[in-house]
Amino acid sequence: MWQFITKRFGLMVLTTLCLSFIVFFLTNLQPNLVKLAKTEAGIRMTDDQVLSWLGDRGYNQPLLLRYGEWLGVVPGYVHTDEEGRTRGRCISPHVKDTPTYCGLLQGTLGNSTIFNVSVGKALATRLGLTGILMFWVMIVMIPMALIIGIFAGMREGSKTDRALSTVAIGFTATPEYISGVILSVIFASRLVFDERFLLPSAQSAMENMSFSNFALPVMTMVLYGMGYIARMTRASMAEVMTAQYIRTARLKGVSFPNIVFKHALRNALIAPFTVIMLQFPWLLTGVVIVETLFNYKGFGWLLVMAADGNDVELLLSCSLVAVLVVLVTQLISDIGYVFLNPRIRVSS
Amino acid sequence: MPVWIAMALTFSVSYYFRDKLGLYGRLFDTYTGSIGFALVIFWLFTAIFADLIITFDPIDQLSGMRKKIPGALVPETFNAYLLGGDLMGRDVFSRMVMGSRIVLSIAPAATIFAFMVGITLGLPAGFYGKRLDTILSFIANLVLAFPVILLFYLLVNPAIRSTGIPVVIAAVLFLFPIIFFAVLFQSRYYVQANKRNIYVGLTLLLGFWAYSGLAFNQDPLQLLGLEPIFYMDPNLLNIFVSVVFVNAPTVFRIVRGLTMDLKTRDYVAAAQTRGEGAWFVMLWEILPNARGPLIVDFCLRIGYTTILLGTLGFFGLGVSPESPDWGMTINEGRKLLAYFPHMAIPPALALLSLVLGLNLLGDGLREQSLKD
Repeated sequence: MWQFITKRFGLMVLTTLCLSFIVFFLTNLQPNLVKLAKTEAGIRMTDDQVLSWLGDRGYNQPLLLRYGEWLGVVPGYVHTDEEGRTRGRCISPHVKDTPTYCGLLQGTLGNSTIFNVSVGKALATRLGLTGILMFWVMIVMIPMALIIGIFAGMREGSKTDRALSTVAIGFTATPEYISGVILSVIFASRLVFDERFLLPSAQSAMENMSFSNFALPVMTMVLYGMGYIARMTRASMAEVMTAQYIRTARLKGVSFPNIVFKHALRNALIAPFTVIMLQFPWLLTGVVIVETLFNYKGFGWLLVMAADGNDVELLLSCSLVAVLVVLVTQLISDIGYVFLNPRIRVSS
Repeated sequence: MPVWIAMALTFSVSYYFRDKLGLYGRLFDTYTGSIGFALVIFWLFTAIFADLIITFDPIDQLSGMRKKIPGALVPETFNAYLLGGDLMGRDVFSRMVMGSRIVLSIAPAATIFAFMVGITLGLPAGFYGKRLDTILSFIANLVLAFPVILLFYLLVNPAIRSTGIPVVIAAVLFLFPIIFFAVLFQSRYYVQANKRNIYVGLTLLLGFWAYSGLAFNQDPLQLLGLEPIFYMDPNLLNIFVSVVFVNAPTVFRIVRGLTMDLKTRDYVAAAQTRGEGAWFVMLWEILPNARGPLIVDFCLRIGYTTILLGTLGFFGLGVSPESPDWGMTINEGRKLLAYFPHMAIPPALALLSLVLGLNLLGDGLREQSLKD
């Protein structure tokens, strides 16, 4: 077992390294850097000025070397220009002693150019806000999806099954930017409801959260994710219900609710667990859309700002967080699957 | 109007001959299948007859019609803006109809390309296994670990376009359909040299013609001073490539899984005993038997690709600012949602119904193909 976990963990670290390098490469392409120089030091720079600006800040070094600096395994870039001013990756006005290494391994993520704070700080606040959103999404989504899936799957082909499955398909066909728009029109415009029933904007949810200002973003995200989980639960439930041991239980005269809850449910929930874990990458896309749509300033909003504002360091760190979330959930789902399903023996 | 006629024709003909049409015919036995099919062909015919349906030019701006409510009349001609006017005074209805053409030309094409890539790589990975499988699976997982939205932000922007990375990716990805068809014919007809030469030759000729036009924007006809047939706007190419890139690894995983399952079957062993080559077994024995799940996934994947294109448009990364692409229209409309919901709702419902139709169709197909 431990060997399996270490192996998976090693693979994850390798994947993270590869992916962070790809992201580093894509965000540090020459046109991006030129744009960065121009937004930072004035739009009317000549090409030579841009080159020297980038050179002073160490952007002209080979890509691999700079990736090493960012990781924190290569000493940070230091440069003293003709006027005697010393600049370097690791030199910041807030810290007195300049460390030699500053990168991911030292916990330094650089500075955000659009927010003028350290990337770590910006990420922490935004991730906190998104965490709250995700928490409520999960609280609402998982029970609802499981209930729909179990009720649809326990009697395959029945009317309840048909109705619930169609509803679930309908949900999977409604991406967040559509359900968000439709929900907003119904609950937040003057078209359907009277002034008194309108829900306030989700922007206010960042300070004081209440049901009324948080319901729309949460529901928007729940709807799309729920359909998929419900369908998976239904399929898994339907499969378990045809198993031999369920038939035996029925022939023994066990009541139907008892069969569903005591016998079928435990085996039927293994597959949805993996699906729920693997749902995180999808939720991440949902987070970006919902936060843009409702102007909730969380992680997704930060990602959009970083990409639009060409904030290289911030975008890089956002990407790293996103990739890590995906990989960690994959790892948990793999390990959890083995734990939950005693039929799988890990060959070591 | 032409849409309804065409739909009625398709339905009556298909329904009449449903017993002879195999899987396609049996689709009409289920409610979900026929409703899904109806929605899909409705949008398909709308896209085909879009020129006849639109009441106004979708990019024509009439300043008097800005933000007008549905049914408002144009002052001089007294033609109605059926679904109102948008921010720039364009007809929402005509834009929605024209939008279907864009969506239905990009989404299926991108899905087909993703399938070509996925099949060409997934078959050998599943068939040979071992090191090849490990490497290809690792790469696929690498792409899958990227959150889709992040990949789009990194890959679809003007800065990336100027470095030529999309062209490089396109050059790699667009090669796969050619390889696929060339190997397909080669493995089947290599004993009949004449037939082989014709098929493989035609594939290579047409393939590389389209290839040079689509990926490098250098259709040979252009060099001769003629109008190019295969042409893709750099922006469109960028989007197209990203969508294929996102979808291909999932298809790869499905094909690989199916191949690993099917290669233990008796007919594969029989073919190998006959002395057939590995690629013949893969392409002519395994692939046709894997078609059921692949067709179902194809339907679902077109729906997913449509959603992806909408997402791109929603973030302003769409085809072009003027184009009536649904995602972009939703994005434009949402800013004034509280006051003028008629701008965002029609394209939103259009996209919703198309994807719903594709999902229902996929589900109906799955149900019917499981009965075999």
